[in-house]
Amino acid sequence: MVDDSRVIRKVSRRILEGLGFDVAEAADGVEAMAWCHAAMPDVILLDWRMPVMDGLEFVRRLRAEPGGDRPRVVFCSVENDLARIREALDAGADEYVMKPFDGEILAGKLAYVGLAPRLAA
Amino acid sequence: MIGPADRELVAALCASRAGLRVDPDKAYLIESRLTPVARRESFDSLEAFLEAVRRRGEERLIWAMVEAMAPPETAFFRDPQVFETLARDVLPDLAARTAGPVRVWSAACGAGQEIYSLAMLVAETPTLAGRVELFASDLSERSLEKAKAGLYSQFEVQRGLPARKLVTHFEREGDSFRLSPRIRQMVRWRRVNLLDDLSALGRFELVLCRNVLSGLTGEGRERVLEGLTGVLAPGGWLVLGLSDPGEAWLDPVAAAAGVFAAPRAA
Repeated sequence: MVDDSRVIRKVSRRILEGLGFDVAEAADGVEAMAWCHAAMPDVILLDWRMPVMDGLEFVRRLRAEPGGDRPRVVFCSVENDLARIREALDAGADEYVMKPFDGEILAGKLAYVGLAPRLAA
Repeated sequence: MIGPADRELVAALCASRAGLRVDPDKAYLIESRLTPVARRESFDSLEAFLEAVRRRGEERLIWAMVEAMAPPETAFFRDPQVFETLARDVLPDLAARTAGPVRVWSAACGAGQEIYSLAMLVAETPTLAGRVELFASDLSERSLEKAKAGLYSQFEVQRGLPARKLVTHFEREGDSFRLSPRIRQMVRWRRVNLLDDLSALGRFELVLCRNVLSGLTGEGRERVLEGLTGVLAPGGWLVLGLSDPGEAWLDPVAAAAGVFAAPRAA
């Protein structure tokens, strides 16, 4: 869970733990990359605008790492310009969630990338 | 809180007009659906609205009430495996053995998510593009207006719609997202009550009526199924919701996707 806002991390952590995920937190792309080097996660929820290294740069670098193609990367950002979302997908993101979102949206996106039991509609 | 007589009135009108099954004991459900309607129609209270429905018997008010008790589907690609099966197997099969266009009808289209999901798939499949005609209907004029506009909130476009399809088929419009004219123009719309005589609609190779039957009375379900199977072209198929009650007399074609064939009357 990569986001420079502690509040957002807390909210998302609660949703993710409710879906049965083990969660580690990072506040920017550099911290996230350190986590990935220690152990590649199954899925990365990724904010776009962060200090030090932003989400777009992070996903580009991750995809160039050995084993960096494995994690599913889901952007979670307030950016809702479609050209920018296309840019994120083209850079290697698997899915994209626009903030604000709710638990059902996040669970649906994770299910779509093959990662969570689909919630009953 | 509205009394039992009012709730019985709601249940009776929903059953007779649209075949909808409304449990008169579910006071909270009825109130939460109808209070906004009463407000929209400028009544001081839900009681006053229902009193007007009872006394005036005005069709417009009755329908506003009935429509509000059948809330529309809100997700794109609901049960994604169904859409995969339709695009990969069902539609190509129908296209291969249909001389003219394959006519597809979404019989309770709500705000349009189901038929637009299908339209996007058809547009993305070169062998199907131009071979499929899409029709959609709903009981609710309000739902149809929204569906035709193809304008969805940020929350709505995140329910079931993959981001790649969002950036391919939508344009941002203020805080909302509008489907491209190319996709919207693929669908023809009409208000249809499934209890009415459907024969004037023509014949369809594929009819989708998902997650509707389970909300109908026994009699309503029977009439709707009779009508829908009646408009199936020879060799046509019916798609029911995965959670809809089983219909033993229908022949499963791809049961995991809710696709059935109706036995032809001799």
